[in-house]
Amino acid sequence: MEQSTSKIIGEPMNRVDGPAKVTGRAEYAGDHQVEGGIAEGFIVEAPAAPGKIVALDVADAEAADGVVSVLTYKTVPQQKPYGSPEDEGRFTQSHAVLENDRVRHFGEPVALVVAETLEQARYAASLVRVEIETEEGVFNALDHKDQAEKPDSVDGLDEVDTQDGDFETQFSQSTHKLEVSYLTGAQHASAMEPHVTVAQWDGETLIVHMAIQIVASAVSAYANTLGIDEANVRIISPFTGGGFGSKLGVHNEAILAALAAKQCGKAVRVAQTRRNLFANGPHRSRHLQELKLGADASGKLRAVRHSSLASMARNYPFAEAPASPTRASYAADAIHTFHRMVKADIPKVDSMRAPGEAIGTLTYETAIDELAEMCGVDPVEFRILNEPTQDPTSGHAFADRRLLDCIRTGAAKFGWSGRVKPGSRMAGRKLVGRGMAVAIRPNTLSPAQAEVKLAADGRLVARLDMTDIGTGTYTILTQIAAETLSMPASQVLVQLGDSRFPETAGSGGSFGASSSGSALLDACAKLKSALSERLTESGVSANAFAMKDGRVLANGKRIELADLIGAEGLSADGAVDPDNHAKGQADYSYGVQFAEVEVDADTGEIRVRRLLGVFDAGRILNRKTARSQLMGGMIFGIGGALLEESLMDDRFGSFMTRDFAEYHIAVNRDVPDLEVHILDGYSEHSNPLGSKGIGELGICGAGPAIANAVHEATGVRVRKFPVHMEDLLDRLPAV
Amino acid sequence: MYPLMLTVNGTVHDVEIDPRRSLLDLVRETLGLKGPKKGCDHGQCGACTMIVNGRRINSCLSLAVTHEGDTVITVEGLSEAGELHPLQQAFIDKDALQCGFCTPGQLCSAAALVDEIREGLPSVVTGEVGVAMTNEEIRERMSGNLCRCGAYNNIVEAIRTVSGDKR
Ligand code: FES
Ligand code: FES
Repeated sequence: MEQSTSKIIGEPMNRVDGPAKVTGRAEYAGDHQVEGGIAEGFIVEAPAAPGKIVALDVADAEAADGVVSVLTYKTVPQQKPYGSPEDEGRFTQSHAVLENDRVRHFGEPVALVVAETLEQARYAASLVRVEIETEEGVFNALDHKDQAEKPDSVDGLDEVDTQDGDFETQFSQSTHKLEVSYLTGAQHASAMEPHVTVAQWDGETLIVHMAIQIVASAVSAYANTLGIDEANVRIISPFTGGGFGSKLGVHNEAILAALAAKQCGKAVRVAQTRRNLFANGPHRSRHLQELKLGADASGKLRAVRHSSLASMARNYPFAEAPASPTRASYAADAIHTFHRMVKADIPKVDSMRAPGEAIGTLTYETAIDELAEMCGVDPVEFRILNEPTQDPTSGHAFADRRLLDCIRTGAAKFGWSGRVKPGSRMAGRKLVGRGMAVAIRPNTLSPAQAEVKLAADGRLVARLDMTDIGTGTYTILTQIAAETLSMPASQVLVQLGDSRFPETAGSGGSFGASSSGSALLDACAKLKSALSERLTESGVSANAFAMKDGRVLANGKRIELADLIGAEGLSADGAVDPDNHAKGQADYSYGVQFAEVEVDADTGEIRVRRLLGVFDAGRILNRKTARSQLMGGMIFGIGGALLEESLMDDRFGSFMTRDFAEYHIAVNRDVPDLEVHILDGYSEHSNPLGSKGIGELGICGAGPAIANAVHEATGVRVRKFPVHMEDLLDRLPAV
Repeated sequence: MYPLMLTVNGTVHDVEIDPRRSLLDLVRETLGLKGPKKGCDHGQCGACTMIVNGRRINSCLSLAVTHEGDTVITVEGLSEAGELHPLQQAFIDKDALQCGFCTPGQLCSAAALVDEIREGLPSVVTGEVGVAMTNEEIRERMSGNLCRCGAYNNIVEAIRTVSGDKR
């Protein structure tokens, strides 16, 4: 695979880890083998909560075949208190488990059974008898609105609430007014790889193979939980089977594995079962979102008010911000946004792919569609009409906003020809509808470091503690190094996911590629100038040079690398510091999505026929993997619009949908042909690479485009997500 | 412990196993072949798909002891003598994977699908004219293999490029 060395960034290069992944050689955490074998841990979940453990009988489990140890709050090794130190973030604080006789939420581990084999551990776990004396719990924020509080902070935003302009006046003077409220369902990220950790101790050092998105904060979490030095924690995570937010932080199986390995004096693997994940993995809370919108007769937005209410897991401060897109999408005379949370006795609530925007565009973009219809303005025109010239809330200049390009390109490519009367377009017994919505997602840069080492044979090794969770990090970093150093991509080896490598912010918030890529760019540029100096010292002065195998090509000459850098090779460190790039602009990735759906006129079954997206994500680092990620996001969006909902039994605070038979993600046949168009671009204010985040952008706007299409097909506005056939059934037009 | 003899990727294995062990855990834990993945252990995701006696199955749902004398192919067995199977190459070329966790199952499923279609086995979307390698047939037949990264469209494309292939 010999690439041209001049321009490699952006090329649709095949994934460099493709061969390992298609042959089964890629080692995920649960695949890790340890000499001397691995004991298996099986989680025993609390059957009720919140409350107090009043009986916990593990005698039969301990006596069962193959059982090595049973960990309970009575026998667990020493940990630091959960949530300490208080001034740290949720990913680095102590995640202590089995702390005492309290259980916070349904499904929280009350014991871990460790046995020689999984079959033995699983059976013995069934012999553990536990009794909980329950107390009154809070499970559904909507039933406890009186307990709603303003959170200290919301995810990804500076302000919890914003109040720009005089909402009441603008709203009361509006010609067209819309007041709607939506329920968006709880969701689980449901990466195909369940959370799994293999832990072992080498003296004082904890060695962990785990499925994780951010290595460095997991190191801190272990240190803070176990009361050990960060230097004594080594995390290895070369491949992670999807994250979507669920693996940003460590979860119960990770701590349990480390404690059990200590207790048993051998390597222990704890793999969460798919069912475990719905209580021991994080989830996106259900939200009540209320919108009040007002426009003048021509369709200009005057007043926007978006408020949301959701649950926050008690003792785990995370608040999603569905009003995030509302602050940045359209100009209006007044924009007010509010986020309120109720502390609940439920499993952890945390980020899931595109926190804020995924469910915020779902509601805001369907409400905007409804308002456009009230104004008699085409939804495409409505958005063009309300395009802001500066960030509507902060007033900052935009770093790079090409939303209108996206919208116009999308309308042309899709063949948007305006709306038809809802319920009027038929194909056989199918009602056909079309809709569109805008995609928006904040773009950020995080601190990152990288190191590169060039060997005399011309091979370059780049190292970062960054992860590749399916995003294509190995590949884009290979491209960045190869292009910067003018060398074939085949000579670059990128190594990731090891806490001994330079620290990055990992994979999350769509900042991974830009942040780690910029750090690597810096390291490579430094290596390049060091090599230039060596060239000058050896009497070859060249402005530009290229490398091939073990030689440097400069000024028509071929110089042996070995003569320049010797057997010890040449190394360089690089970094990116966001403070050097933050110039106060409002920085977002943008897009637009157009959908066509069919709804069965008799049963209400909804199928997506077409989905087309046009995206602006700055400079594209690899057109092939970028397209794949955007498509994956759009498919996630189909799930959010039509399929995915984690249903809680509000009497007990337990999720009822705990497997893929109950929690439905889109399967192959749920997905139509997808069209993805990416605008060429370079976002110079964003970061040294000119790229913008792409991993979450594809979801944003997909759901509301589909919901707006369902409305055109049927005339029905469903104000809850996901939209199911039963929501339409008794409101279908008589055709 | 029960004795079991079966062939996995051309190698005959003679093992003593716990009768509770699934075929998936046998292959992963007893034999140490880590290609097949456990996404759910409930027959709901397809990550564990293997080809047993020429037919694909969810190996997590099948007790190993029921496979006496069977011939099993896992993702490791698709390539021959270090050469990628055309489907493996097509998955790379079409970027039919992201995190890669579902990929071993997708590939085994796809390989068996090609044979099913060649044999004319119908599916729920097969029309009266008979089985053909259409996108709809591929989508239907690959719907037991979940991919949370959403590589579905590229998977369909990859399968189409090799559907005429006879391996
Ligand atoms: S692991 Fe077998 S179907 Fe999911
Ligand atoms: S590639 Fe990640 S689940 Fe399919």
